[in-house]
Amino acid sequence: MKVLIPSSLHSYTGAPWVLADGSTLALVLAHLDRQFPGIRFRMIDEQDRVRRHIRFFAGGVALTDLAHPLRPDDELLIVQALSGG
Amino acid sequence: MAGSAAKKSVRGSSASKGRSAVRRTGSRRAGVILVATRKGAWIFHGNAGRSAWRADGPHFLGHVVSHVVLDPRDGRTLLAAARTGHLGPTVFRSTNLGRSWKEASRPPAFAKAGAGTEARSVDHTFWLTPGHASQAGTWYAGTSPQGLFRSEDGGDTWEPLASVNDSASLRLLMGSVQDGTPDGPKLHSIIVDPRDPAHLYFGMSGGSVHESTDAGLTWAPLAAGMEVVEGMDAANLAFHDPHCIRLCPSNPDRLYQQNHCGIYRIDRPSNQWVRVGRSMPKRVGDIGFPMVVHPRDADTAWVLPMDGTQVWPRTCPDGRPAVYVTRNGGRTWQRLDAGLPAEQAWWTVKRQAMTLDANDPVGLYFGTTSGELWASRDAGARWKCLAAHLPEIYAVESGVPA
Repeated sequence: MKVLIPSSLHSYTGAPWVLADGSTLALVLAHLDRQFPGIRFRMIDEQDRVRRHIRFFAGGVALTDLAHPLRPDDELLIVQALSGG
Repeated sequence: MAGSAAKKSVRGSSASKGRSAVRRTGSRRAGVILVATRKGAWIFHGNAGRSAWRADGPHFLGHVVSHVVLDPRDGRTLLAAARTGHLGPTVFRSTNLGRSWKEASRPPAFAKAGAGTEARSVDHTFWLTPGHASQAGTWYAGTSPQGLFRSEDGGDTWEPLASVNDSASLRLLMGSVQDGTPDGPKLHSIIVDPRDPAHLYFGMSGGSVHESTDAGLTWAPLAAGMEVVEGMDAANLAFHDPHCIRLCPSNPDRLYQQNHCGIYRIDRPSNQWVRVGRSMPKRVGDIGFPMVVHPRDADTAWVLPMDGTQVWPRTCPDGRPAVYVTRNGGRTWQRLDAGLPAEQAWWTVKRQAMTLDANDPVGLYFGTTSGELWASRDAGARWKCLAAHLPEIYAVESGVPA
């Protein structure tokens, strides 16, 4: 599926849109990490919790569970909630 | 340019000139100052006389960089502890003095939480210490929340030390975001005894000083003599807040410490810290963050006092910044402020933001929360501002590239 990468992670992907496969959010993130090593840990901590400021959306729905199912024709949007100065 | 100057110095110190010539030539080698800030990192390349500096940066613009350290064992490996406000923490590694960086394959991260234990994740790697000279590639890292990590491959992959991170007694001391330090409790001042790679120290803010003599398998507190905030119980290690601990390279049995509650010295094998800051001028006090020790004279050390009165502004006392030096192990202190602002300078200098080089005379360097980098080529007698308008400075280190 198509995955939108926030600008802060373009240093890993080199592009705003990339392709990654998986039937759940966790599997898509794992595939992203195989393609772009290190990218997952910047978004998901060592206890498998989504880091602050990172948001996942698919089909207009915010995904909060890594086990959330995804379909091949979904578009996964990874968004950063920017804050601070 | 700095690199070629350094190489020339090495060639100049040929074996035929003998050891003293090597030392003398060594004192002329061009160095770098590594500046970590809240918005990126800079490398300042000095000439051999330390009279001119070239700024190289920003590296990692927009990243919160807690510490950048050059490996003294190879003179070319740089590690940088970084995160952004929006991404998880990581470590970057360069083997060409910052021309290119590669991210660690496995940055410091806590072990998965077992049933019934708190699930912790590293917020930021705060402190980096190269391992013993005999252990190329070994590094230690201290984090917030408090944790100790070790790498055996030059900082590429990191493993948690269960003897610290999973120790029931140490975890009681580690505090939470509710405690003290504004962006979280920190494990810092990781020290490797130059005589023995198995002899280690670290500091916990809060949580006291701890020592291992078995390469980190077991740890014992080293708190006797350290004071705590009035009304608190000094027997409770959690109340001890060492800000910065330094071991004297010329006498590894002597350590100094800038603590939340004063300046201390200890001479091992004694287990008793002595509050040598009592002899600081009363109007200045002996509160602060950083402390540095002379590379060749264990009686000489420098501090940069901060205002620790009432609500703890942690700024230069009276807005008049000064470094203080002792040349007799803390019995007396002298003020060093020539060249520093005479008034209305309300900096804070953080615990990692003061360092020195190994030249003769010693060069001293510190960075301020207002983004100024200051240097002295004569052990603090005269100060000069090398850079202003940088982001808030978190750490300043020196190094000599190979």
